[in-house]
Amino acid sequence: MAVYTIWLREMLRFIRDKSRILGTLGMPLFFLVFIGTGLNSAFQGIDLPGGTNYIAFMAPGIVGMVLLFGSVFSGLTVVIDKQFGFMKEILVAPVSRSSIVLGKALGGATTALLQAMILLSFIFIFGVIPFSLNALLLALPLMFLISLGFVNIGVLFASKLDDPHGFQIVMNFFIMPIFFLSGAFFPLDKLPVWLKTLSLLDPLTYGVDGLRYILLGSSASFFGADGIWIDFAVLTGFAAITLLLGAHAFDRMQ
Amino acid sequence: MNIIETKALTKRFGDLIAVNALDLKVKKGEVFGLLGPNGAGKTTIISMLSTILTPSSGSALVSGKDVKNERNSVRKNIGIVFQDPSLDEELTGYENMDFHGRLYGMEKEQRVERIIELLELVDLIDKKDVPVKNYSGGMKRRLEIARGLLHKPKVLFLDEPTLGLDPQTRRYLWEYIQNMNKKDDVTIMLTTHYMEEADELCDRIAIIDHGKIVALDSPKNLKKKNKAETLEDVFIELTGRGIREENADSKESWKQKARSWRRG
Ligand SMILES: Nc1ncnc2c1ncn2[C@@H]1O[C@H](COP(=O)(O)OP(=O)(O)OP(=O)(O)O)[C@@H](O)[C@H]1O
Ligand SMILES: [Mg+2]
Repeated sequence: MAVYTIWLREMLRFIRDKSRILGTLGMPLFFLVFIGTGLNSAFQGIDLPGGTNYIAFMAPGIVGMVLLFGSVFSGLTVVIDKQFGFMKEILVAPVSRSSIVLGKALGGATTALLQAMILLSFIFIFGVIPFSLNALLLALPLMFLISLGFVNIGVLFASKLDDPHGFQIVMNFFIMPIFFLSGAFFPLDKLPVWLKTLSLLDPLTYGVDGLRYILLGSSASFFGADGIWIDFAVLTGFAAITLLLGAHAFDRMQ
Repeated sequence: MNIIETKALTKRFGDLIAVNALDLKVKKGEVFGLLGPNGAGKTTIISMLSTILTPSSGSALVSGKDVKNERNSVRKNIGIVFQDPSLDEELTGYENMDFHGRLYGMEKEQRVERIIELLELVDLIDKKDVPVKNYSGGMKRRLEIARGLLHKPKVLFLDEPTLGLDPQTRRYLWEYIQNMNKKDDVTIMLTTHYMEEADELCDRIAIIDHGKIVALDSPKNLKKKNKAETLEDVFIELTGRGIREENADSKESWKQKARSWRRG
């Protein structure tokens, strides 16, 4: 009940806030259309995993970007609740801290997922990747796990921050590196060791890789034919561990 | 029976002792007032009793449950109207109420009925589907009061609930709250800076200064003991005439301490 209540509020706020939907989709679309097309023509004839063109290779990375940004910012809204005092109303209610965090995580994940679906429909309609319905259905749980983990990380940061000024730091020193290291723009196999190591430590790498596997076929995955299992396993662990960490940090917040 | 009982309840913020070894007993069914100058520690006391803040030391029982170790049981029994804003401004008045009712596990039928009753009480029924960000200050305050009353708690904390409301609304709301106190046996702990309000409503009053109780009695006895006409005179007599700055610097708080020593 409490989990559902918190989730419901996230939905109401999301539907009400049209600018947020546009705001988070604008940048990824520009990336896809301008950078995607630009590099697509520059990289003509270069061999990419899965044998696709560059824009199709990059598209799953941009879906990952939408999930990453949308989710972390959903988690960060805890700071705004603190600032507006609404957090006190939640904290004084007879509901467990873990159900608050779980409600928040599920709510944030749902909204991020909706945004990713909008982007995926563009990708489909404009023929960037002509994926099947089955592929879409398999992508859903994967995308859900990615968002769940990153909402939790947003909550984790938010528990430590007192005002939205800290958002910029999170943006520059967490979100951007996570995005750039995820292999959204380049294949991992030819990277220098240091960069490859960093990329393999980035949870979003497994999200983007899983999406490529599902949308472009197993040959597009860095981990090969069994890649999808590795991706799902890592992301499940990521979501579970961050949920515990987020709940712990939230619990200690006053 | 004491529904609130504190033993040496203390809260420190760094060097500042906001609440200093407070011993307080509130009887079931009482309307209990906390009065005191700005920064006296009233809100901090209420925050500890309502599990928003963890005490630095000492203990407190609310409705028989420990505020440190049985937070969730305490939370089930209390309602609170915060001094500072605590609404979701993006949601409508009705949605704010509904969220609250759901969090407190109210069944749908009872929830809807109570929400309508209370929104009528605070005269917001016509605005129930308007986002709270479009409410006036007084309307927001009224909504917060309505929300605090929604789930009929055993103990109700009201931290300057009527701040900024017009006299008609204040009178009207207090009548409803008094009625709740009598009919449903809700214990009420309130703070206010309106002395007449406290005089009229409270069974007993604690005057707090620098986190300590300086006087505790019924309004009548307080006036008698201090040979004062009004509660305001008692208040000024006991807490001095100086203006309190919150976060007073150390020099200022020394001056205040010196003053209270002189008064003995
Ligand atoms: N979170 C906090 N961090 C540091 N100091 C605090 C904090 N909250 C309150 N204080 C300090 O504790 C003291 C008591 O504050 P409190 O809010 O309890 O006063 P109050 O009696 O409610 O005053 P008012 O009538 O202005 O509402 C003040 O000196 C205040 O500055
Ligand atoms: Mg106060």
